[in-house]
Amino acid sequence: MADLQYKIIVGLEIHVQLRTKSKMFCSCALEFGAEPNSRVCPVCLGMPGSLPVMNKQAFEYSVLAGLALNCNIPMFTKWDRKSYYYPDLPKNYQISQYDLPLSEKGFIEIPLESGETKRIRIIRAHLEEDAGKNVHSASSYSQVDLNRTGTPLLEIVTEPDMNSGAEVRALAVELQRLVRFIGVSEADMQKGHMRFEPNINMKIIRNGKEYRTPIAEVKNLNSFRALERSVTYEAQRQLSEFLETGIEFGMGNKTTRGWDDEKEMTVLQREKEEAHDYRYFPDPDLVPVELTQEWLDEIKSRLCELPLKKQLRYVQEYNLSDYDAGVLTADRATADFFDEVVNAGGDPKRVCNLLTQTGLKITKEKNCNITDLPVTPKGMADLAKMVDEGTISASSATTIFEAMVQTGKQPDVLASELNLVQKSDAGELESIVDQVIAENSEAVADVISGGKKEKKARGFLMGQVMQKSKGQANPKVVSEILAKKLK
Amino acid sequence: MEELTAKQLRDKIASGQIKSLDAVNDVFSRIEKYEPVIGAYISTFKEQAIEQAEQVDKKVSAGEPLGQLAGVPIAVKDNMCTTFGATTCASKILENFHAPYNATAVEKLIAADAVIIGKTNLDEFAMGSSTENSGLKKTVNPWDTTRVPGGSSGGATASVAARMCSAALGSDTGGSIRQPASFCGVVGLKPTYGRVSRYGLVAYGSSLDQIGPVTQTVEDAALMLNVIAGHDSSDSTSVNETIAPTYDYLEKLNEPVEKLKIAVAPQLNAGADQQVQNTLHEAINIYKNLGAEIIEVKMPHLDYAIAAYYIIATAEASSNLARYDGVHYGHRTQNPKDYVEVYSKSRAEAFGQEVKRRIMLGTYALSSGYYDAYYLKALKVRNLIRSDFTKAFEKCDCVMMPVAPTTAFKIGEKTSDPLQMYLSDIYTIAANLAGIPGISIPCGFDDKDLPIGLQILSPAFTEDKLLRIAKMYEKENNWYDKRPNI
Ligand SMILES: [Zn+2]
Repeated sequence: MADLQYKIIVGLEIHVQLRTKSKMFCSCALEFGAEPNSRVCPVCLGMPGSLPVMNKQAFEYSVLAGLALNCNIPMFTKWDRKSYYYPDLPKNYQISQYDLPLSEKGFIEIPLESGETKRIRIIRAHLEEDAGKNVHSASSYSQVDLNRTGTPLLEIVTEPDMNSGAEVRALAVELQRLVRFIGVSEADMQKGHMRFEPNINMKIIRNGKEYRTPIAEVKNLNSFRALERSVTYEAQRQLSEFLETGIEFGMGNKTTRGWDDEKEMTVLQREKEEAHDYRYFPDPDLVPVELTQEWLDEIKSRLCELPLKKQLRYVQEYNLSDYDAGVLTADRATADFFDEVVNAGGDPKRVCNLLTQTGLKITKEKNCNITDLPVTPKGMADLAKMVDEGTISASSATTIFEAMVQTGKQPDVLASELNLVQKSDAGELESIVDQVIAENSEAVADVISGGKKEKKARGFLMGQVMQKSKGQANPKVVSEILAKKLK
Repeated sequence: MEELTAKQLRDKIASGQIKSLDAVNDVFSRIEKYEPVIGAYISTFKEQAIEQAEQVDKKVSAGEPLGQLAGVPIAVKDNMCTTFGATTCASKILENFHAPYNATAVEKLIAADAVIIGKTNLDEFAMGSSTENSGLKKTVNPWDTTRVPGGSSGGATASVAARMCSAALGSDTGGSIRQPASFCGVVGLKPTYGRVSRYGLVAYGSSLDQIGPVTQTVEDAALMLNVIAGHDSSDSTSVNETIAPTYDYLEKLNEPVEKLKIAVAPQLNAGADQQVQNTLHEAINIYKNLGAEIIEVKMPHLDYAIAAYYIIATAEASSNLARYDGVHYGHRTQNPKDYVEVYSKSRAEAFGQEVKRRIMLGTYALSSGYYDAYYLKALKVRNLIRSDFTKAFEKCDCVMMPVAPTTAFKIGEKTSDPLQMYLSDIYTIAANLAGIPGISIPCGFDDKDLPIGLQILSPAFTEDKLLRIAKMYEKENNWYDKRPNI
């Protein structure tokens, strides 16, 4: 048996659709599911004489994403034409960026299952226009829908820094959270807002000698599941192919493969990557974009603490569980709200529980953001404080939260309206305790004797007090009085 | 009525002395008479023109405000999109193409109350110097019907020369307004790149293309520029008014330029026909007599202008014309085997020889492995030519040179030798590469009674001064009074 070690190597190309109102180079609306060829104009149809005009918002979103990916943002960037003939590309060239992308040399941190993070380097991120969609009919013709033509796409290219399907998935998921967080993309997988193309090969060490398998690029994956599985599948396939044939990586033996979702396997699409000559050249219809420091600073000012960093901070500073911190940082609105509540004096852990257990349940039901609810950060902080100060019980907090959502009233008002304020007056509670002690001499004896039954007996006495106070006694105060009296 | 310039006609229409309807009818009777010989128009719009004219006449009698071209019959080169009629670019591939929008320049004509008479012939996709490359029809020179009108705006210049319209819009990528203007004895102005919106001008070489007027006089050119110049948010390369303001080009037109300094480049002019050189000389003498100072400049890189031009223009063209594929509009081959055949056969069937040649040249120049040697080098030459002009303009107000090495040549004379044809653009191409404005004005005739043009080039966005310099010469002679005898 030969000594065999291997490692999978994956680099990823990701297309992210930006959430601009209009297309990249014309004013047609971006709308998912509109009637075919109803969101088009002379520009995106590539009609003779039409000219593109850059969508400034798309450019700014891209710069913002570049900054979030820790990229270098050059002050000068330009547009190039990439030529190829395809029916879904009306001009038969795509406006893209070739040698001077708007951002380059960055990185993204991705969370690993171990709880650690890994840094994946970004080669570049550039802006381009999407093509349309060919609809192949069963008969002898195809149809083309050009609604999607001209949609702004941010293409992000990573270094081959990932070494497992799980890592590739983690990057994709993290990137989705990131672009949503900074508001540049809805990143809705169902609507094809993110598309992935992993480049995969294997590093194999056999008997001390290192080999690399030919690279396979898997085209057009649009779910995390397909992405992860295709990478894992491809690793196995390349390993067995190598063991069988011994073919190594070489010039011109890169292949293009597709993912068959039903058979759960990759299938060969193109044997040898044809030496595509896209004949890139600067688009003479568009002027280069020259950023000013002022403009760049303005875009920078829109940047916020990024989700992964926030998540780690919540764990470290607030002692939240990694899971809860992940839930709170899944989207910007929730995270911002949480931060504001904490700033308003709410205990992070208490606020986290209220938000994750009640708040997000409500927003899910209502299909809205936490900020859409009539609950202010101050109101929420007050609610958390009331629990911590014993004014209300933790379970009442949920009831009050729900009432706040329904009525928009302040928590203290609701607490008294709903009769949920706990009795904390020592004098009043003492008389109830005295009454309970007098009525339950057996349990009292168990507590005082300090034997096996003490805990149970103490709980029993507590329960009696709560019952007599109709659940309004502050348990903390009651247990203090009990302790004092039964020393 | 054909004696009137566009400006004179507009003033007479505005003052009620002439009805626009009569002017339009007059133009159409001339078209009926001469068009069978000249062949300037691909399409005409008589009904629509009459309607437009009647509307202008109504405005006049109602005392409503009138546009600067109110009631004036104007022709448009058929590479500018119009919602009326077809927009063919004189190509079989777009023979039945109806644009869904008007080019900005056309919109501006309409907004100025111009009456659009028809669309004029050109070399297919504006690729050529004689209009012989038209895929749809033949246009001849009104001065000698055995000769070419020049190109590519040959239909526009022939129609103005034959007074089958008062003025026309042409486009100029390497001389396509100025060279045919000189061949047809009319005025042709190529504005600064970015001065007039290209939106709706079907692209040939996007970084070189510019729309401009073809007129009887310098004054008419100023009038037309008044209407079409200005920033357009639909064209990213059109220049913002804050950077380069437009003017009322008519306002100071008659004021001579004081202390005028004219540059000539003798070594460059030596290549032109002797009669062309002599005429240029006489024209410059007129300026001298008007007090201008003449200096000599060297523009060493202009020798490479043709080479650079035919790489840059064809590279851009190869990409601009990729969209004519039979998939979305235009000519589509019958019974293609697969989608690749839709492309290859549709294009093979409908593009003409010259268009194919330029697409191949451009595709080659952009191919990997050749890009640096051709396209990139051509861009470098372009920069050197630009700096040749910048240096020259430090010492002078304008550069004068011939428009073309010869007067109008015989039909068929150069069609078999494309290189010879390319060389006829030698004096005009540099202005496109440098992006500066240039004008061609009539400055005499050769021994065959064929018109000769004088070319004046000035710094970017100085059309106001350029027109004033041209006007200084025009006042001193009466070339434009001479009409072709068709
Ligand atoms: Zn559009």
